[in-house]
Amino acid sequence: MAPSTEKGQWPLLSTLSQQVHEGRVKSVDLINRSLQAIRDLDPEYKVVIATCSRRALKRAKQIDSDIRNGRTVGLLAGVPFIAKDNILTLGAETTAASNILKGFNSPYQATVIEKLEAEGAICVAKANLDAFAHGSSTENSDFFTTKNPYDKTRVPGGSSGGSAAAVALKMVPFALGTDTGGSVRLPASFCGVVGYKPTYGLVSRSGIVAMASSTDVVGLLTSTVQDSASILDIISGPDKLDSTTISRDPKAYTDIKMNIKNKKIGVVKEYLGEGLDKQVKKTTKLNIEKLKNAGATIQEVSLPTLPLALAVYYVIVPAELSSNLSRYDGQRYGYSYKEAKSLDESYLESRSRGFGDEAKRRIMIGTHVLSSGYYDAYYKKAQTVRTLLINEFNSAFKKYDFLVGPTAPSVAFKIGQNINNPLAMYLMDIMTVSANLTGIPSISVPGGSVNGLPVGFQIMAPQHKDRDLLAMALSYQELRG
Amino acid sequence: MQKILTTKDVIALAQLAHIKLSPSQIVQYQKELSEILKYMELLNDVDTRELLPTSQVTGLENVVREDEVQEQLVTPSQLLDGVPRSRDGFIQVKRML
Repeated sequence: MAPSTEKGQWPLLSTLSQQVHEGRVKSVDLINRSLQAIRDLDPEYKVVIATCSRRALKRAKQIDSDIRNGRTVGLLAGVPFIAKDNILTLGAETTAASNILKGFNSPYQATVIEKLEAEGAICVAKANLDAFAHGSSTENSDFFTTKNPYDKTRVPGGSSGGSAAAVALKMVPFALGTDTGGSVRLPASFCGVVGYKPTYGLVSRSGIVAMASSTDVVGLLTSTVQDSASILDIISGPDKLDSTTISRDPKAYTDIKMNIKNKKIGVVKEYLGEGLDKQVKKTTKLNIEKLKNAGATIQEVSLPTLPLALAVYYVIVPAELSSNLSRYDGQRYGYSYKEAKSLDESYLESRSRGFGDEAKRRIMIGTHVLSSGYYDAYYKKAQTVRTLLINEFNSAFKKYDFLVGPTAPSVAFKIGQNINNPLAMYLMDIMTVSANLTGIPSISVPGGSVNGLPVGFQIMAPQHKDRDLLAMALSYQELRG
Repeated sequence: MQKILTTKDVIALAQLAHIKLSPSQIVQYQKELSEILKYMELLNDVDTRELLPTSQVTGLENVVREDEVQEQLVTPSQLLDGVPRSRDGFIQVKRML
């Protein structure tokens, strides 16, 4: 284990906020602790694109003064966090780790940021990602690659690699990510932290740089399941700025006591088959054994369409993102090629110089699968196979309370290992994309290690059952001790 | 191996997407995109005749609001601050013809 991940553990968010409320801990000190950790560790691990130190310290001083003067402060008053840099914030640029948005200062903030700020949480920095969240390693960042906290020669996973590494390195108690096909859970698995993807629509997407609108969700990276629950309780619920948002559970998401005795758990057969690293398989089986010993009913379940999920995903997602990325035209915001003689040349040069290789690759796949003559064969076919997948998950959830399996087919891979093979990189998402295609909540909880590298254990629940999922994840976390 | 896309296809796609490619990029993308599209052929064998395509996963339908001006998140002038070229409150673009 990297020495930097052993020390400096943050208390639970509920404890931390109590300490701040009682005036025992100053918010300014918490912010300075985060900023110092970033200064100490970032040169080595390359986690952060920009800090929001001025705005952060100003807000911290205000909160400390409010507490001194007996004013009411929010649930997360004075607590620092890091946001993935595809989430719009004031106080620092929002680049999505892309050259085309370099220097972009958003005039407004994402709803999640507004909700967290309303409860007093403070964004201290923006984390690195694969540009526009296209990738599984942060190697597609147009700026730099983040290093895995457990082994600097390896990737942290992606696309929320900076957010996961920040939590693993204890720079902050929690970080925001986004999960379109596994982008929160995969880096959580590789960095040994909790990565939680809520039900589609439970958290507003307003102010998130759009990738694939039918699967994008805001996700959380935390050290514990309890912290994910605390944050979900604040950020979930309908938002008039995002018409796909759904209503939240009226009961607090922090109310997550569950006895796993007699809970029915389905072990997804397809996730333990071909392509899974032997050691990861062994670790996963040990975890399942633990659940069984604790009294859960364990059965193997087969979802025959699962091996096709990745193909479905890599049709639908490029289709949606090719449309979403058409807004980057060099005219309204972001990078614009100054020497252009005509509007056409300005579009062409701004996009060609502003987008990296992977964005171009995905835009062209999306353009192809949506083009006249290919739409039915690719896009419509994929959306129909998606229906089949949803049906299979629905019937599985009639029999089981939860489905489990590994989060990723392997532990963190070496930097550079997959960079020249896009398809091999895409295959890293094979166990995570289904939750996005079906809209269900899913969480990756640290589940052991292989040769000193973390392995994630994935738990999935039916749509809207986020509280049950968190309760199950907490029980599992406690079983592991 | 027979490539799914020809170099001509790649050039046409890039044009549709407003992306300029160098000759070496065309070759690279022809290979990579063909491999990716080949992988998607997995879907061809699935019998989907009885099924409808998915359009929304949580069952929401026709989410509407009153057609009236709502509170503004940002002002026009704040938006124009981020525009590469503007004049008299308008976005200025290069000539089209």
